[in-house]
Amino acid sequence: MATERLAIIATKGTLDWAYPPLILASTAASLGVETAIFFTFYGLNIIHREKMKHLKIAPVGNPGMPMAFPPSVKKTPIAGQLAGLMEAIFPGPPQLMGVIPGMTDFMTVMMKKTMKDHGVASVEELIELCKEADVKLIPCQMTMELFDYKYEDLIDGLEPPGGAATFINYVLEADKPMIIFV
Amino acid sequence: MASVTADKTLDTSGLNCPLPVLKTKKALEELQSGQILEVISTDPGSKADIPAFCQRTGHELVETVEEGGKYIFYIKKK
Repeated sequence: MATERLAIIATKGTLDWAYPPLILASTAASLGVETAIFFTFYGLNIIHREKMKHLKIAPVGNPGMPMAFPPSVKKTPIAGQLAGLMEAIFPGPPQLMGVIPGMTDFMTVMMKKTMKDHGVASVEELIELCKEADVKLIPCQMTMELFDYKYEDLIDGLEPPGGAATFINYVLEADKPMIIFV
Repeated sequence: MASVTADKTLDTSGLNCPLPVLKTKKALEELQSGQILEVISTDPGSKADIPAFCQRTGHELVETVEEGGKYIFYIKKK
């Protein structure tokens, strides 16, 4: 059978941007496609032992973010009514709110809660599922040096750090190669 | 009601994309060829995703039942 390979390039280190590469990779692998994720620039944070626990979602510079409260909050009496009112007035968190100290952390907590209420897997869970499905997780050598991340700073179960040539070669070895840039 | 009898049931109620597909794949690994897996899902996305998974992996989607906000798939392992 012809080999099909999907290579995903993960370049962003925020909570929301951690999801697309992990969801696509774990799913592609379970569909029988050989899959790899190349983590470069801020995407390295997704596989960084410490930083992966503190991935955040920022309201600033993200006008597409909806004003959405977790369903469990909306069900509570007073907070729920307040949340409903906020949702009715604002299409999304006003950009100015982003300058308030602690707002990014607050938004992150709310987003994590919303995801949990909706049965969306956590980043840690998705990484484990990727590993179980034999997704190759490749850290970018150059950015590791740039950010001074040691291989030991990253989670277990990764491939050795690779460069652009390693990655391109991995993709083109397949009969049917695909690349997705996130 | 479905016309097929399942050898194993996987309930993914409350879980969202991509978990129903990933858990289906794992559950199928524990079955023998020809056995039937029943997958229960509340994720509307699984209505298209489970058939796509079956088409891709060669397992046969024998029957799909939709009742009370639940999607129930019967998959025969290849």
